[in-house]
Amino acid sequence: MTDLHLWLIPLVPLAGFLVNGLLGRKAPKPVVTAVALIGSLIPLLQVSAIVLKFGSLTLPHIETVGTWIQADTFHADFSFQLDQLTLVMLSVVTGVGFLIHVYSVGYMGPEEGYWRFFAYMNLFLFFMLTLVLAENFLLMFVGWEGVGLASYLLIGFYYTRDSAANAGKKAFIVNRIGDVGFLLAMFLLIQHFGTLSFGGVFGAIATNPAWQGGFLTAIALFLVLGATGKSAQIPLYVWLPDAMEGPTPVSALIHAATMVTAGVYMIARTHVIFDRSSFALAVVAIIGVATALFAATIGMVQTDIKRVLAYSTISQLGYMFLGCGVAAYSAGIFHLVTHAFFKALLFLAAGSVIHALSGEQDMRAMGGLRRKIPITFWTMTAAVLAIAGCPPLAGFVSKDEILYQAFISPNGGKILWAVGLLTAGLTSFYMFRLWYLTFFGESRAQASEAAAVHARSDTKLVLEAEHHAHPVHESPWVMLGPLVILAIFSVIGGWMGWPEGLGGSNWFSRFLESIASAVPAASPAGNHQVELILALVSTLVAAAGWLVAHVMYYAKPELPGRVAAQFHAVYSLLKNKYWVDEIYGALIVAPVLFMARWVLGVLIDRGLIDGGTLTAGYSAQGLGALVARIQSGNIRSYAGWLALFAAALLAASWFGWTTHFLLR
Amino acid sequence: MVPIAYYLVLSAVLFSIGVAAFLIKRNIITVFLSIELMLNAVNLTFVAFSRQWSQVSGHLQVNGQIFVFFVMVVAAAEAAVGLAIIIAVFRARNTLNVDQIDLMKL
Repeated sequence: MTDLHLWLIPLVPLAGFLVNGLLGRKAPKPVVTAVALIGSLIPLLQVSAIVLKFGSLTLPHIETVGTWIQADTFHADFSFQLDQLTLVMLSVVTGVGFLIHVYSVGYMGPEEGYWRFFAYMNLFLFFMLTLVLAENFLLMFVGWEGVGLASYLLIGFYYTRDSAANAGKKAFIVNRIGDVGFLLAMFLLIQHFGTLSFGGVFGAIATNPAWQGGFLTAIALFLVLGATGKSAQIPLYVWLPDAMEGPTPVSALIHAATMVTAGVYMIARTHVIFDRSSFALAVVAIIGVATALFAATIGMVQTDIKRVLAYSTISQLGYMFLGCGVAAYSAGIFHLVTHAFFKALLFLAAGSVIHALSGEQDMRAMGGLRRKIPITFWTMTAAVLAIAGCPPLAGFVSKDEILYQAFISPNGGKILWAVGLLTAGLTSFYMFRLWYLTFFGESRAQASEAAAVHARSDTKLVLEAEHHAHPVHESPWVMLGPLVILAIFSVIGGWMGWPEGLGGSNWFSRFLESIASAVPAASPAGNHQVELILALVSTLVAAAGWLVAHVMYYAKPELPGRVAAQFHAVYSLLKNKYWVDEIYGALIVAPVLFMARWVLGVLIDRGLIDGGTLTAGYSAQGLGALVARIQSGNIRSYAGWLALFAAALLAASWFGWTTHFLLR
Repeated sequence: MVPIAYYLVLSAVLFSIGVAAFLIKRNIITVFLSIELMLNAVNLTFVAFSRQWSQVSGHLQVNGQIFVFFVMVVAAAEAAVGLAIIIAVFRARNTLNVDQIDLMKL
């Protein structure tokens, strides 16, 4: 058995983190850059090497470095697993991760805390790679928590800004709610299987075909709770839009391409459990499609370029959930991969736009950038077309795969498909809206200066950094290079899963077949004619979305205002994001704060705990002061006490009191 | 044969005198003497009980008498050390009144 040294893959970025984190403050910038890039390049090279000899491996390839926890028969090991699913995730994480590291060199160049940024980025890679390589739930959980930590650190990167610090806390705390689900799922797994290793759990399920639903449903639902936290799904999606407070490369890497897909990866990884619980699958599908629609509607009216992309990410993650929910795990993972390409590209291109405009994020202050930053424009165009579902780009292929799988799914698939299709139209609309607002029309940069300032205080938009104002300029090649590479992948990335209905072979799906396909009965035979018709329909819907955006934001720019005025109630509902943050604030945050501040803080902490200990302390002090008077130093008083108590003892024994009970 | 109760009563009287003197007297040497009085009161009970036990059991029992020797030895040592301390105290304080000697430091 070949030894691939899988443990080295996460360990190299960890080394990068330690070097930059401990020594980076004093080190010159080129050294920090070199360490960070090496820390992300070596894993990429390792993964490339693995890809080359992948065919000769016996799968799943498991490498155990040592025992981590051993208690009676239960043990959790430092063991890493390599199979098709891991390989796909590794390629995405290291590939996109490295490109974004390169991009960050340009983007973060003038920032304070350059070393800190790259230390955190390498730390993130370490945990993310641990997450996807782990062979048991517990090690996966380490990565799971670790990426949350890295995410927290990077969202709060501009920690002097209140909004960024609060966004970091929000992300961390909301994720914690999901983590409780993950933990409970692990407890149930230990109780029922006595092991947390993937092989052990899935093997036990495979040998017991009678297990359906029951405790497996419970485990699956707890896992889903965990996944909704990390992957920003209803009801725990609220942290992701706020996470845009972090630097843009962070949004691209963590909050679009990799970390937020951990939930989807987890569901695909544990699909054996989900296959036994149609209820849990239905929950996943409904959460996914509801989130997709919900986030897309909010995304239509946002004006901050990064927030539009954030809601788009939530929406696309909903698609992945939908794919997993209809037991088409490979379709979900496929969309994960293509989404990683085009959404990372969208964020990086948006970062390039923000960079060009010296920190402006409000689309109302953009416009007319097409000729000024042409390379950014063309790469972003590729991404917009891809996410909007324009054939034959990546997003079209993967989204259609999911919609098709939803359509043929036996469990209410038509409704899921219809909602998914509607969302596809909305997606196309809001992406082209962003595209037109940013790149077309007249530049509104000067005219809207006052408006933008107003908007900033209004919607809490903030500048990325205190860039010096200078004329609109194209980004340096260190930033454009990754854009171009990602654009190429956004265009051709979908071809590896080109559906059979359109004359392809769907290599991707067959590649994942052995690891991520449901039991045969659950996936009905496909129909190529249906697939073709559905592809046509969704292309038309995407085109309709584009047409509406074209009319509203290009042909008749005064139209959006009129529509907003006409449907004021709906507009303000969307504009205010359905008041979900406010509702959560009133229903959950306020009571929790009340509990923490008054019940736990004042009553329990200050009253019971502080009061109890202080009372004990003061009473001991008082008693001590009283008793200390006995120790007068006067020898005759000592003798007096001695004689008095001796006499008392004598008297007591006279009345029958004995010390026998002391001897018993 | 004198009943043991007589000895015990005498011993109790001696002991009580010792205690009372210890508490009442201020001169450190008198206090010291009263300690000796208490010790000897106890010695008396030891000897009395020892004799009583020998009579009751029919064998010679000397445990009590041996204890008396211990007490005597300790008392002798105590007297030597105690008198030395008293002299040292007197040199430092110029008094033998225990009420004025209420600090550990000389």
